[in-house]
Amino acid sequence: MSEVKLFFGPQHPGMHGNASVHLYVEGDTVKKARLVPGMLHRGFEKSMENHTWMGNVALIPRVCVAEPDINEMVFAQGVEAIAEIDIPERAHYIRMIIMEMTRILAHMMSLGAISSPTGLYTVNHWMQADRNDMMDIFEEITGHRVYHMYIVPGGVRRELPPGIEKRILDYFTEFERRIPEYQALVFENPTILARLKDNILLPAEVVWELGVTGIGMRSAVGKPYDVRKVTPYARYDQVEFEVPVATYSDAYTRSIFKVIEIKESIRIIRQAFDMMPGGKVNVKMAAGNALKWTVPKGQTYSAVESARGEFGYYIVSDGKTQPYRIAVRGASFPQGFLGVERYMPGVRLDDAPLWYDTMGVCTPEIDR
Amino acid sequence: MEIKKDLFSPLKAWKYAFKTPVSFPMEDIKDRPRESQDNARGFHINDLSKCIGCGACAEICPTEAIVMVKRKDLEEKEGEHPERPTMDYGRCCFCAMCVDICTSGSLKMSKAYVLNTPDPQKLYVMPEESFPAPGGDILGYDKTPESDLLDLKRAEMPAVAGAQAKKSFVEILKGYSMEQARAEAARCIGCEICVKTCPANMHIPEYIDAVWQGDLAEGLAQMYKTNPLPGICGSICTHKCETVCAIGKRGEPVAIRWLKRYIVDNAPEAMYEEVLMAPVSKPGQGRVAVVGGGAAGLSASYYLRTMGYQVDLYEAKPLVGGVARYGVPAYRLPDERLNKDVELLEKIGVKFLVNTKVGQDITLDALHDQYDAVFLASGLPQSRALKLENGDHPDVRYAMPFLAAARDYQRGAGEMPDVAEKAVVIGGGNVAFDVARTILRLQQKKYGHSHVSLVSLETRDILPADLEEIEEGEAEGLRCHCGFGPQGIELFQGKIRGLNTVKCLSVFDEKRNFCPVFDPEQKGMIEGSQVYVAVGQMNEHTYFTPEHLERIALKGGKVQVDDWGQVKGAPWLFAGGDIVHGPDMIHGIADGHKAARGIDVYLQSRSETA
Ligand code: SF4
Ligand code: SF4
Ligand code: SF4
Repeated sequence: MSEVKLFFGPQHPGMHGNASVHLYVEGDTVKKARLVPGMLHRGFEKSMENHTWMGNVALIPRVCVAEPDINEMVFAQGVEAIAEIDIPERAHYIRMIIMEMTRILAHMMSLGAISSPTGLYTVNHWMQADRNDMMDIFEEITGHRVYHMYIVPGGVRRELPPGIEKRILDYFTEFERRIPEYQALVFENPTILARLKDNILLPAEVVWELGVTGIGMRSAVGKPYDVRKVTPYARYDQVEFEVPVATYSDAYTRSIFKVIEIKESIRIIRQAFDMMPGGKVNVKMAAGNALKWTVPKGQTYSAVESARGEFGYYIVSDGKTQPYRIAVRGASFPQGFLGVERYMPGVRLDDAPLWYDTMGVCTPEIDR
Repeated sequence: MEIKKDLFSPLKAWKYAFKTPVSFPMEDIKDRPRESQDNARGFHINDLSKCIGCGACAEICPTEAIVMVKRKDLEEKEGEHPERPTMDYGRCCFCAMCVDICTSGSLKMSKAYVLNTPDPQKLYVMPEESFPAPGGDILGYDKTPESDLLDLKRAEMPAVAGAQAKKSFVEILKGYSMEQARAEAARCIGCEICVKTCPANMHIPEYIDAVWQGDLAEGLAQMYKTNPLPGICGSICTHKCETVCAIGKRGEPVAIRWLKRYIVDNAPEAMYEEVLMAPVSKPGQGRVAVVGGGAAGLSASYYLRTMGYQVDLYEAKPLVGGVARYGVPAYRLPDERLNKDVELLEKIGVKFLVNTKVGQDITLDALHDQYDAVFLASGLPQSRALKLENGDHPDVRYAMPFLAAARDYQRGAGEMPDVAEKAVVIGGGNVAFDVARTILRLQQKKYGHSHVSLVSLETRDILPADLEEIEEGEAEGLRCHCGFGPQGIELFQGKIRGLNTVKCLSVFDEKRNFCPVFDPEQKGMIEGSQVYVAVGQMNEHTYFTPEHLERIALKGGKVQVDDWGQVKGAPWLFAGGDIVHGPDMIHGIADGHKAARGIDVYLQSRSETA
């Protein structure tokens, strides 16, 4: 049978972001997959060198649309490390709340993305509706729904609005009530299970070979490698939470892990609100006005645990008002680039979007 | 992992079919969009009457979405630019950094977020008080103290404390260290609003930026472009620039004057000379006489010399410097600082002819004969008299001669002025505070304690003196009696007992003319056996002969000149400084610069026609 070349993305309901994968298909089976980057390339890393340290706060969230705050967090942490800035205690807790909320948003997004490849659009509608309410909360805290530009070097940009704690906790109480409904809709659903169970495997060797982290790694090799646990940042060493692990990574495990992680995140947020002290929420990162802020000469690698694994920035400062160089370690780079080419071949054509989704790929962090 | 499988489970989702949808119809989005949350970063709103056109918003905008657009309906005013920000919503990413940095606090964001147009030109909007879209009249995002991107607090200036200060004439302000200066310089946004207000139009943002970059040579070069006396200015300029500084809208203005002083104090001698000599031309044909060695005269001399003229400066006193030398006390401006500025002028070839009073030792006409042009800047050496009962008593002293004597004493060139144990000073300006604080120090030296009362017509809030003078004076123990008018001097057995006063109800009338109103019922006496009068200075143009005065116009004692300082009726004569503009050092420096250019044009055109 002859080979057919198909375009998966950049415009495709199953594609995450503006990536394009050229699929060479024989019958139902993908024989070859080629990632074609550049669909979204805006030269983020280069652009960062042309923006002031503060100006970058407006640029960097775009490096992962679904989970923008991780960029703010690694950037802020890195700058603070180079400039040796101690931020107020309260800011650490606020950051943790924001980071967990954004993790939940990202997990909801990718759980919702099961819908198009499986044909059950209700999942996505529900997830988007629930995300919408959380984005409203973000809008009240930060001023915006998607790009929050809230975690800044020195702390967070402004104090939490009054009454937000109740709004957030009420939201999660309601959301927890809905989890069994999601469970019933997705994970007890024989049609979906047929697509997830024992399908799209991620073997441990591949994890080691590519350098996959996050849920992919934890579900395959049984090791709780989570940046929040291994090199705790913010105040993750002060809160209790579990990191689920397994030794058999199929699409089902990777998906159900997201649900477990959402529950753990909610647990962290509740603890953070209980433990959060009062006081200031930021210190100025340097003397003078933001146009003149400089970071002393130095370099650092700063990392956080994103919804897809270890996400890091390597930041170099030459003492000026703009970074000298920033390199992004996109959490999904290993599986989303090399992984697509090496390990997507062999799946059925209709599983290609599921592969992309459950492996955890965020296009802009590859195509940065 | 145990997995439950149930074909009917997903059907539970059906119950939501009967609930109100959380989504809303597409048609509503344009005209009736859902209201944003509080704090939403929507389209901008800007109170155009409060905005000062500083451009900080445009400067910080990470997407370069803001263009400052000139408004024809706004006039050029001090303290603002007639421009207002215009946003390109094709670029704006709604980060609100412009709001967080806005100096005036006028820029905010509304809750509007729908702008639907096929015309790209409509995406350029100059935000006004309300944005023309649904929600555009509801406030969304505004900055909070934590989100402010300006630095509103000054780097602290090390100073000698009040109690210690009055024991000596040591300079009170110690000057910034490099870290302090750089931190202070980093507060400036480079808006140039101050430049318009500085009489000398000094290149302020440029030299502040040089401090920030750590480039002292560049800082010096920038200063000398418009001001050859930065040492003097850095200490005692009236810093009108700081009163309009954009940062002062919500915080403490940038310490422009102290940064200037930082450059002067820290630039090494050799660098100083190199920068200063760079623009100096070889002496050419023209010869110019400068009358008066104060700020205006020195400034004119420098610029004339750089243009290649030979300059002779005539000074009546033994030392040049004018008020800076014989008026301002050493704790504000030590001699060394002044000497540095003056020596450099000598180095570039300005000839000082001291102890030569024009009008007495040499006539103005003689200067006219010997030189191609004359610049007159003889200042206001006389104290204004005050008509008071018993005002002719020998223990009534005047500010200018007293300050000169005190200054001479400090540099070891004269006796200590005989200050009494208790003294009264009349006046509310900087000179009155100079007098009072000098007496304090002399008393301290002579008696080991001090007692000086200062009487002013103006109440404390409208005193013409600088706030720092008032605060420092009070810290040193000065007794301020503000809002009283002097009535007469009370004598007892031929000696002064004190100053009789009445309450002053108001100083100005509605038209802001000087017209004090007193309440004769509220009388008092302020004790002291000497009374010092510091209510203003006057000029002394003894050098003008009656023939001169036929041609030269004087108005209220002030010499009338054109924009270039050329005296009306005598083209060879230029004038500037206090005799033209009243007492103000920086105005004098600006006048000197202007007159130098005026003289240059005059002499060039003369040689062309000859
Ligand atoms: S909101 Fe941000 S992008 Fe928009 S005009 Fe202001 S600074 Fe520029
Ligand atoms: S920063 Fe504020 S005051 Fe300055 S131009 Fe912009 S809106 Fe106007
Ligand atoms: S000193 Fe003040 S007014 Fe002058 S440029 Fe700097 S910020 Fe603007």
